[in-house]
Amino acid sequence: MEATASAVLAWPASHAWTAMRKRHAHLSDEALVALVARGDEDALAELYDRVGRIAYGLALRILRDERHAEDAVQEAFLQVWRSAATFRPERAKASTWVLTLVHRRAVDLVRREERRQADPLTDDSAAVAAAEQTDEAAWLRFERERVQSALKQLPDLQREALELSYYGGFSQSELAERLGVPLGTIKSRMFSGLARLRELLDESAQEGSWRPEFTS
Amino acid sequence: METGIHELTAGYALDALDPGERSAYEAHLAGCEQCRQELSSFWETTEALAVAASGPAPSPALRERILAEVRAEAPQNVVALESRRRRRAVPVLAAAAAIAAVVALALGLRAFDLSGQLDDTRAALDRAQSSAAVLADPGAQSVDLQAGEGRLVVDADGRAVLVLDGLDPAPAGKTYEMWVVPGGDIEQASSAGLFPGSEGREIVPVEGTVRAGDVVAVTVEPAGGVVAPTTQPVVASDSV
Repeated sequence: MEATASAVLAWPASHAWTAMRKRHAHLSDEALVALVARGDEDALAELYDRVGRIAYGLALRILRDERHAEDAVQEAFLQVWRSAATFRPERAKASTWVLTLVHRRAVDLVRREERRQADPLTDDSAAVAAAEQTDEAAWLRFERERVQSALKQLPDLQREALELSYYGGFSQSELAERLGVPLGTIKSRMFSGLARLRELLDESAQEGSWRPEFTS
Repeated sequence: METGIHELTAGYALDALDPGERSAYEAHLAGCEQCRQELSSFWETTEALAVAASGPAPSPALRERILAEVRAEAPQNVVALESRRRRRAVPVLAAAAAIAAVVALALGLRAFDLSGQLDDTRAALDRAQSSAAVLADPGAQSVDLQAGEGRLVVDADGRAVLVLDGLDPAPAGKTYEMWVVPGGDIEQASSAGLFPGSEGREIVPVEGTVRAGDVVAVTVEPAGGVVAPTTQPVVASDSV
């Protein structure tokens, strides 16, 4: 399991360039969550400044509607605020935890709203929009490209299962029905796909891809 | 372990389980360390999927709305201090802050929390600054590690900082504990602080004073730390 650690992006020190004058800029994401647990609003603001953009991009990809995506991000950050004391740093990085909450919220909303008419596989407007961003940090662009290239190397059926569930919000049983395959097939396809993606990300991380060092 | 339920780890990480299976999986997770580790690792992969979806920046108004809402409900968050107090090694300050917080809660005020919060931030800043001072001191000695990757930096006053590369976060329920070991004699090891470990390079101030002939070591110990090392060091410096 330890080997997979390299798949993850470390939040880069480059945040410091935009956050230098801020009181909490020197703290790790995990330290910020600890301060949030004590009711520190500035720590929450700093956490939002670090993770908010990815959170919004994820919610927008799932919900395909700016207003709904903003609602999902807002609700997730309120949940961060209320439940920061339950965060366990040994289980996940703070950024991972926040994005998990955002994802869960967005998926809940998309299921409730039945906003899934469009097929995530044929809709690449999100990717196109992302590619045109000129104001995003270089590390984010590189990291996105690295993950997208790993996704492309997955067998089609595995990639489809991951994309429809993670970006489309489809549950395993919904996918089984939609794709006309047994539930057990979907379960193992999802497991193999995620495990394979993890391997591919590990490999590309070890090839010396750009990976900033976090020094706090 | 049951293969079927283990396989659900991926669906859980992707938020793709149906409600019944999600509850069953969560119940299983509570007692299965292997699944918890797998889930931690899969969550890192789903975080990568989140990054792959990144696109335009959200409206600045979203940030303001979130912060406004947080301010509106700030007082209820203060109770978190209570559980924190038990975990922390600075009982006097934390207890004072907790008392202040209870008073604040009773009075419906939240400004009282500021004292505790500033103490915490200052403590973090002080640690960061003292580490930086040691690392920037041209007279500081750089000591190689005989185990682990990185180095130990010790200044003329015996203040020391461990710079570690490639140490994974401590496993669930565990912590890294530093030791100052006079003459390399493990019987004489004294605890020099705990840290959770993180991805990438880690800079950790060593508590206490490091003298000539001392070895600084790191072991993996139960969360909360122990008074004497119980495992083989994962990091050990040469003698200073």
